[in-house]
Amino acid sequence: MKTKFSKRIELALADSQLRMNFRGAMDFLRNKRQLAFNDVEEWQALRKKGAAIRQDAIQRLPELLTQLEHQCQQNGIHVHWAENGDEANKIILDIAQQHKAKQVIKGKSMATEEIELNDYLAKHDIECIESDMGEYIVQLDNEKPSHIIMPAIHKNTAQITDLFEKKLGTSTPSGDVDALIGVGRRILREKFEHADIGISGVNFAIADTGTLCLVENEGNGRLSTTAPPVHIALMGIEKVIPDIQALPTLQRLLTRSATGQHITSYLNLISSPRKQGELDGPREVHLVLLDNGRANISQDEKLQSTLACIRCGACMNHCPVYTRIGGHAYGSTYPGPIGQVVMPQIKGLKQEGELLDACSLNGACGEACPVEIDLPELIRTLRHRKQENSPAFWSKEAFIWFVWTKIHQHPWLYRQTTLLMAVFRTLDLNYPRGWARTRTIPKAAKMSLHRQVRERSKTKKKKENE
Amino acid sequence: MLNSLPESPQVYLFGTCLIDTFYPKAGLDAIALLELAGYEVVFPQAQTCCGQPPYNSGFKAPALKIARQTIKLLSSKDIPVIVPSASCASMIKNHYPALFQKDTSDAQLAHNLSLRTFELIDFLADKLPYGQQLSFPHCKVTLHQSCSALREMGVASAWRAILEKLNNLEICFPENKQECCGFGGTFAVKSDAISAVMTEDKCQNLMATGGASILSGDMGCLMNIGEHIKFEGQADPCLHLASFLVKRFGLNHED
Repeated sequence: MKTKFSKRIELALADSQLRMNFRGAMDFLRNKRQLAFNDVEEWQALRKKGAAIRQDAIQRLPELLTQLEHQCQQNGIHVHWAENGDEANKIILDIAQQHKAKQVIKGKSMATEEIELNDYLAKHDIECIESDMGEYIVQLDNEKPSHIIMPAIHKNTAQITDLFEKKLGTSTPSGDVDALIGVGRRILREKFEHADIGISGVNFAIADTGTLCLVENEGNGRLSTTAPPVHIALMGIEKVIPDIQALPTLQRLLTRSATGQHITSYLNLISSPRKQGELDGPREVHLVLLDNGRANISQDEKLQSTLACIRCGACMNHCPVYTRIGGHAYGSTYPGPIGQVVMPQIKGLKQEGELLDACSLNGACGEACPVEIDLPELIRTLRHRKQENSPAFWSKEAFIWFVWTKIHQHPWLYRQTTLLMAVFRTLDLNYPRGWARTRTIPKAAKMSLHRQVRERSKTKKKKENE
Repeated sequence: MLNSLPESPQVYLFGTCLIDTFYPKAGLDAIALLELAGYEVVFPQAQTCCGQPPYNSGFKAPALKIARQTIKLLSSKDIPVIVPSASCASMIKNHYPALFQKDTSDAQLAHNLSLRTFELIDFLADKLPYGQQLSFPHCKVTLHQSCSALREMGVASAWRAILEKLNNLEICFPENKQECCGFGGTFAVKSDAISAVMTEDKCQNLMATGGASILSGDMGCLMNIGEHIKFEGQADPCLHLASFLVKRFGLNHED
């Protein structure tokens, strides 16, 4: 049973090390992104282009997915459709069992986190090793990613040194990042060699050529998708784009927004299994298309822009809430603003609706989004939906707004209320309990503006008459 | 539109409920500045709130009721509506039109009102007689750009520009100047733990600038910042930009 979100927030805020790790990392990432987009006009133009590509793709989702399926099949890629996480897990397990697989190596993929694939395969005696360095660290500590791009960003080098020592028996000089990477590389190389299956996510799938694009920095994605004899790619259905002409724009937006890089270290374009006469590459490639609520989102005019997301993480890097509590406090696959928007839609407002509260609607996320997703507006809309779907007339908050509306609908009543507040000179309805946590309680003025304006015009008239 | 109006053109002032109840001086100062700029200010006594608090909290129906009433109230004259808060101005300008179904008469009225709605400082920036300002000794102030001014309304540069036209004034910005102060309306009450930390950080950064006053055009932020600074046992250094400008132009009115 999960603790309440508000409780998890309190715990995260009490962890000063965690807060320092996040603040430092987020400031660093924000500055790097700022430098990568220092030409404002170029950024605006690129962003417009990227947004248009993604919006068009979401509008034409069924058509593009059919085309993608057809083209992939033409290329010799097996295509599977999964309506939800369970189905996707079963499809992947089936393929693994057909190949009597015991060892799976995985490139970084948030979609596999969404369906909790590692746990599912482990239950069926298949070990799934993460090959992205951050994911590997998180897996080693039995944790979940705290950021969609940098899964282990909540840990500093000293903490990782300790973890490696405890779990792997290594001893590297504290704070020596290269030594730590060396350890990971040595262990993972062996796993690449012996893995029966490689699993990856997909950053973009090109419909008209049936090509899967994988953007990564460590080369682990390339190894995961080429060294093992079988490659399974899992993608949310929204990741489809029409053609390769759309790729450079999105790719530029993605890497600059995510890490401030002008270009990624590895761009993998996977269009088929090993062909006759070729010396390497997997003998089988599978593409699993995951819906998990996305088709419904695409039908909702007010919320469909959720699907335009290219998973760069800029919204969380710019969010003042995420910057302070980190990813784990959200208790969800996707944290931060995009998580607050995605999770209630794929898991239901009842289960994940509480995520929506942790937002001041300051707009920093929407401003940073490289594909112009109006995240604050989506959060606001979902808050409205939450009330409309389960109107809790008896809740304290609903009652407060009921009374509030009555007062503000009747100017006379409103003026009497401000008058009363002026008399008592305090707004203590026990409501500002949370407010009083770090602030004194504001005192109402002796005379409201309404009254002062009335008196002012009276004096003016008097003067004119004299 | 404005050219065809009589010599002393009229504007509505939508004072906002926060200023009305807690900070009426900022409202009076707004009126004084508008009059200095040559406008006759119409203040409808039936105005209450713009409806943003329930709207942002997930309660759309109350917001809709209040919006209808406010639109009607501010539509009897086809004159600019001036709001001394970027946040409330944005509710009227950016969110009212989206509340109503397209092509209805309500939507049309909301659209018309949207076009006529301005944030106070942005509206005044090129209309004040800067030659008439009093001379002051060198002074350092800190500007808090509200999120609504920076993003939804895009008027933060006008706030800065107006201060830059004043004599002997040094303008400071806090570290992380783009970051929210932690107010966010009901956010400060509903998500109190995280809001408190954001507020503490913001106040620390603001105070570190050493400005004699903290200025902003949003009383919500200033209430949050000021009440925290008071909580910490110090005097409240916050002042609405309108009140600061009134001093600079030597406009006195009885409190």
